[in-house]
Amino acid sequence: MFSNNFATIGSGDGKRRMIYADYTSSTPVLPEVMQEMLPYFDELYANPSSLNDFALKARRAVEEARERVANLLGASAEEIIFTSGGAEANNLAIKGFIHANRARGKHVVVSAVEHYSVMHPLQSLAREGVQVTRVGVDEHGRVRVEELERAIREDTILISVQHANHEVGSLQPIREVAEIAEERGIALHCDGVSSAGVVPAKVEELGVDMYTLSAHRFYGPKGVGALYLARGTRLLPLIEGGIQERGYRAGTENVPGIVGMGKAAELAEREMRSRLEKLRRLRQRFLAEFQEEVPEAKINGHPGEVNPMYAHISVAGVEGETVVAELSARGVHITSGSPCMARAAKASHVLAAMGLSAELIRGAVLFSLGVPMSEADVVRLAQEAGEVIRRLRGE
Amino acid sequence: MKPKLSVDCLGVHCPVPLARAQEALQKLAVGEVLEIVADDEEVLEDMPAWCRVTGNEYLGYQREGGIIKVYVRRKA
Repeated sequence: MFSNNFATIGSGDGKRRMIYADYTSSTPVLPEVMQEMLPYFDELYANPSSLNDFALKARRAVEEARERVANLLGASAEEIIFTSGGAEANNLAIKGFIHANRARGKHVVVSAVEHYSVMHPLQSLAREGVQVTRVGVDEHGRVRVEELERAIREDTILISVQHANHEVGSLQPIREVAEIAEERGIALHCDGVSSAGVVPAKVEELGVDMYTLSAHRFYGPKGVGALYLARGTRLLPLIEGGIQERGYRAGTENVPGIVGMGKAAELAEREMRSRLEKLRRLRQRFLAEFQEEVPEAKINGHPGEVNPMYAHISVAGVEGETVVAELSARGVHITSGSPCMARAAKASHVLAAMGLSAELIRGAVLFSLGVPMSEADVVRLAQEAGEVIRRLRGE
Repeated sequence: MKPKLSVDCLGVHCPVPLARAQEALQKLAVGEVLEIVADDEEVLEDMPAWCRVTGNEYLGYQREGGIIKVYVRRKA
C-alpha cells in the first residue's frame, strides 16, 4: 500500500515535509514488496541451484517471481531472464543478440534518443565492424517511423527503440516500428525501463522480441531487472560460467531482489489502472499550477502519448542544475536532464535531437511524479519551483 | 606542460571520461594538469564544454594514432 510517509523519509527541513519528485530516478520499495523479500536474506538463504530440499524454497521463489514478471508483460515465464538491472538487460539484449546473429548481418537501427545503456554497447560493437544508423526524432522526441524504415538495409539484423523516453517520457510508436521489423524479418528490442510497471506493456501487443525492465522504477528494489526474450530469439550471454537463467546469465541469483521484483510486478499489474489515473490527475494539476507560476515555460515531450510520471519543462534564462540545487535546499528534490548525465555535466543528446535551443536545454528540469504524492504535494512543488525560478531570473 | 596525473579512458564512451576526469581532478592541486587518455572522438567536443561548465582550463589535445590525449588544468 502506498503511504505518504515515503515523502517524509530523510526530510532535512524539520518544519516542512520533504517533497520527492524524482520518481523516474528511483522509487521507494513498497512495504509489501519488502516484506516478501526479507525472509530470503536470513531464513531462506539457500542457493537456488543447490539440490538439497532447503534450496527448493529459494528456487520456487525465483520461479514464482518469474511468473509474476511474465504476467506483467503477458509473456511466458521461460521468456524472462533476470539481470542486475536495466542497464545489464539492455547490454545483454544488444551485445548478446548481435554476437549470436552476427553471421546474418552487421547493421543496427536505433533512435537518436536511446539511453546510454543501448548506445554505449553499440559504440563498443563498432570496433567489431557493427554499423549503426541513428534515426531522428520529432519535436516531442518520438522516432520518425518513415526515416526508420528508410534506414533499414539488407544486412540490418536489429532495431532498438525505447518504449518511453528516459528524459521527457514520450511514448514511442513501438507498434508501428514492430510492423516494419516483422515485415522485414528484423528483431526488435525495446528498452522499457522508463515504462514497464507504469504503462501497459504487453509484449504481444507491442510486437517486440526483447523488452528490458528495471524493478526499482516500479516500487521494487534496486539491483534487479529483467530481459524478456521471445521464444526463438537467439542470444549469447554476457556473463558466462553457470547454468543460472538457463545459461543466459551466469551467477548465483539475487534471490531477495528477484522476489521483490516479482511482487512489485504483481502489484503494478493489479493496480496499473488506478495508479495511472492518479498520475494523470497529478500531472495535469501540476502542469496547470506550474503554468500559472511560470507562464512562458515550455513543456517538453508529447502532449498525449507520454508516461504521466514525467513533467519535463524548459525555462529560458535559468540553469536547470541551479534550479535543482535551490529547490533541494528547500527540501524539494527533482532532477535536471537524466541523472547519469547531470552528474557528468554533459548536455542532453535527447533534447538536442528534439531540436531544443541551447538555452532551453540549459534550462531543462524534470519533475517526476509518483503514486505516493498528493495533490497538495504537486501544488507546493509548482509553487516552490515558481518562486525559485522567479528569484533566479531576478524578478 | 607535464601532467601530474593521467587517467585511462580507453574503450569507454562519453560521458564516462568526464566522470573519471572529474574524480581524478579532485586529487590535483589548483594549477596542476590532468591528462585524459581516450579513444572516443566525443571527448574532443565534451572536454572543452565540460571545462567551461566546471570552470577548469582546457589546454588542448594531442593525437597519437587512434589515441587522443586531452589536457586539463585544475582551476576550480
